[in-house]
Amino acid sequence: MIPERVFNWAVWGGLLAFALLAEALGETYWLTLAARAAIFAIAGVGLNLALGNGGLISFGHAAFFGVGGYAVGILATHAQTYTPLFGLIEGTQSMPVTWSVAIVAGALAALVIGALSLRTSGAYFIMITLAFGQMFYYFAVTWSAYGGEDGMSIYVRGGFPGLNTLDPLHFFGLSFAVLTLVLLLVRMIDRSPFGLALNAVRQSPARVETVGISPRRLRLAAFVVSGAITALAGALFADLNRYVSPAMFSWTISGEIMIFVILGGVARLMGPVVGALVFVALEELLGGLSDYWHIWLGVLLLLIVLFARGGITGALTREARRG
Amino acid sequence: MTTKSILTALALSVAATGAALADAHSNGAKIGMISTLSGGGAGLGVDVRDGFLLAIEQSGRDDIEVIVEDDQRKPDVAVRLADRMIQSDEVDILTGIIFSNLAMAVVPSAVQQGKFYLSPNAGPSALAGRGCHENYFNVAWQNDNVHEAAGAHANALGYENTFVMAPNYPAGIDAINGYKRTFEGEPAQEVLTKLGQTDYASEIAQIRASGADSVFFFLPGGMGIAFLKQYADSGVDIPLVGPAFSFDQTIVGAVGEAALGVPNTAQWSPDLDNEANVAFVAAFREKYGRIPSMYASQGFDTANLILSALDKAPVSEAEAFRAALREADFASTRGDFRFNTNHHPIQDYYVREVVEKDGELINQITGTALTDHADAYAAECEM
Amino acid sequence: MTLLLIEQLLNGLQLGVMLFLMAAGLTLVFGVMGLINLAHGSLYMVGAFAAAWVAAQTGSYLLALVASLAAAAAAGVLIETLILRRLYARDHLDQVLATFALILIFSEGTRAVFGSFPLYLTIPPPLSGPVTLPGGIEYPLFRLVLIGAGLAVALGLWLLITRTRVGIRIQAGAADREMVSALGVDISRLYTLVFALGAALAGLSGALVGTLQSVEVGMGEPVLITAFVVIVIGGIGSVQGALVGAILVGLTQTLGAFLLPLASTRLTGAPDAGQVLASMLIYILMALVLIVRPQGLMGRPA
Repeated sequence: MIPERVFNWAVWGGLLAFALLAEALGETYWLTLAARAAIFAIAGVGLNLALGNGGLISFGHAAFFGVGGYAVGILATHAQTYTPLFGLIEGTQSMPVTWSVAIVAGALAALVIGALSLRTSGAYFIMITLAFGQMFYYFAVTWSAYGGEDGMSIYVRGGFPGLNTLDPLHFFGLSFAVLTLVLLLVRMIDRSPFGLALNAVRQSPARVETVGISPRRLRLAAFVVSGAITALAGALFADLNRYVSPAMFSWTISGEIMIFVILGGVARLMGPVVGALVFVALEELLGGLSDYWHIWLGVLLLLIVLFARGGITGALTREARRG
Repeated sequence: MTTKSILTALALSVAATGAALADAHSNGAKIGMISTLSGGGAGLGVDVRDGFLLAIEQSGRDDIEVIVEDDQRKPDVAVRLADRMIQSDEVDILTGIIFSNLAMAVVPSAVQQGKFYLSPNAGPSALAGRGCHENYFNVAWQNDNVHEAAGAHANALGYENTFVMAPNYPAGIDAINGYKRTFEGEPAQEVLTKLGQTDYASEIAQIRASGADSVFFFLPGGMGIAFLKQYADSGVDIPLVGPAFSFDQTIVGAVGEAALGVPNTAQWSPDLDNEANVAFVAAFREKYGRIPSMYASQGFDTANLILSALDKAPVSEAEAFRAALREADFASTRGDFRFNTNHHPIQDYYVREVVEKDGELINQITGTALTDHADAYAAECEM
Repeated sequence: MTLLLIEQLLNGLQLGVMLFLMAAGLTLVFGVMGLINLAHGSLYMVGAFAAAWVAAQTGSYLLALVASLAAAAAAGVLIETLILRRLYARDHLDQVLATFALILIFSEGTRAVFGSFPLYLTIPPPLSGPVTLPGGIEYPLFRLVLIGAGLAVALGLWLLITRTRVGIRIQAGAADREMVSALGVDISRLYTLVFALGAALAGLSGALVGTLQSVEVGMGEPVLITAFVVIVIGGIGSVQGALVGAILVGLTQTLGAFLLPLASTRLTGAPDAGQVLASMLIYILMALVLIVRPQGLMGRPA
């Protein structure tokens, strides 16, 4: 048993060390995998803010993941074809710009979905967010202007000033830096009055209401930040794959983001990071075992839910769950 | 070991002759196959894989390694697998993708990185015209082709106003465009259905009310099963015509008698009478215990195309290898087969009908829809 | 046009009653045990596969339907006693994840057993073909049978819940779990029973819909999500709400897919906008219901 703080640093350093090792050994694919894990981790950290801190079990975060991806895809398409968006806005492939658009779009989507969904709670909230995610999915599939089900290919990955994003090490570094920033942001939120109030709302909404704070507005704020972070992950994912499609909106993506969080440990800062790392590793290792490897993934998930509450982080660290 | 490597073993009996042939066959290759092997669309991927591996096995080559992976029909998984095969396994050739949207995710970046991609099934229009590439070869058809054949057959049957129906997604739009390109009559009505829709009561009611003299539909997989069963039960007797995708061996068993007697168009059929095909159908049945589908024949042809090119040049000499692929110097199960300037097939398209034979439902050729047919996008391709 | 509209109304009704069979189980299980069961769609698939297999072996459609009920109920009892009962006291998050894992196991397990190709299941000859309704509408007999079967099940369920001892216990269990077990009712047997009932209904609807559509792996998930929309609209835990919600969703979906593209063609010259809207319509309906009544049409206020 190790203290969670030490564990957190070990995970962070471990991912970085893995990538540097991959670079040293010339294993480009490991770098790609590390970037994929880092991006999934960002999406998980985003969901964790709503799920762990806010107690909002969203089964529709694929909506924000997809919105982020489509922001990048749409801007890139217009840049590739030199046709301005709405005849006004030039397309672009500059990451700082596309990411900003993704974040804003994700926040807006979360504001609308959140405002409606937060009228309910518990099981309703789960099913409603799931249904909204599907609504985005069907919209994207029928939206033929941007490729419909075929999605959009981004022929050249977006650029970032001072970096060669086509170099796998640079792209991993970028994803890792974003992950680190997002983790710092979440830790800051955690310790801020807002974070404390959010925790209090999760435990006892009535008590918070008596001191004059609206639980719903607090939750909505958390949901919006959560959606924005997940949209940022979607933007990076689009750049990683150089491709976006309605599959980013599918409900299995929502399920997977949720798996990162639970696998790693709900409401723990590094929980989603651990979960994403383990998921990417499993996908890689189990995928080759048999045609029916999903059965084993399912069994493993079941065992974790039944016997390892608190996820991997909970099992390996001795500190009690926050909050 | 994470990858499922299938090293084709050289049978001992071949060893004696193998030594003599070794010089001519000295060009090995590493082939990455990404296909849909789990979930609802798995039947198609399984058939492409089995057909492909059968050809490799028959070649008796031990210097060809095929790495097979399951894309789960998820574009991001397909991209990850392609990254691994290119960056880590260092394959020379990629192949195997079933669905157009996955092909669009993988192919552009793979060919940009200098790999060869041979498509055993998907043929999106985006990759046939302006988006064509010298390292991309389509060994199946351009998506529109099979529908163009259906349009031609509708003319032959004297249809004048067809009710046209396909799911609302790019391959569906390709289908409608393809049909209308060759069809000389007027479409009575065009209906786009929801992708994955399995209840066609509403569309069938519209067909009944449309006054059309024929119905063209493109509904692959479960969508087609559902439509054909419901249409047969509806009592509407406007004749159907469609591409092979709703009548192929992978699903015809599930459609049952509702599939009987409907003309469907394809570039291949199990009863196609040429030496390569007769041998292929027999060998496939022998090895896997089922009738091969169109997808299996495409996988088989793709492998044989690669083998024929390897006999002439190693993959490392990209120019020569590409030229060897372009020659398409292999015995196709479809009979005549050659490549157009955009590396898409020029081939015949047949009209088939499902019949019951020895207790099994199977397709049989009833005629030819189009001869030496090329796709409509080749002119836009600058290679 | 009027005839076409009436036919579409019937289609919507038929979709609605089949959705009800799915939604009834989901909502009962939630109401009584507080469990969100994503694997409900897998039970639907199990029912369809069992029916297709038995029909192929015996040639009897009736036996196939019995098999769908039995197989889905058996699968339900199996997962309830082995896994799900450990989750009743857990939060919804654990339930969602565990039942998500069950979907993976069921889907690929089914494929491992039955192979990768869809199965054959078709309408039995006595029920096939169209009948002529008053007004001259030609309508498939089997769809009328589905409407009838769905409404009969709804009636049966209502009688079971309101008129039998088990039903009263189910109602009591939904209202106050601890009270019921304090009264000496074997609550875990009651839970298994409720779960098996819900599973059997899902299995039956899988077999009936599979007969009309197709029997393949992955058939359960789209229906599951629509069933969620149904019970959110109707009010989670309320069987009457599930019926109202199911018929509302069935009609909205069918009429939307029919009328919106026509309207959009008339207004804009192209059906595209109508199609995009039609594919999102039931979710918009759900959002509207939530704005007016967050607890659903027949749900109890939280």
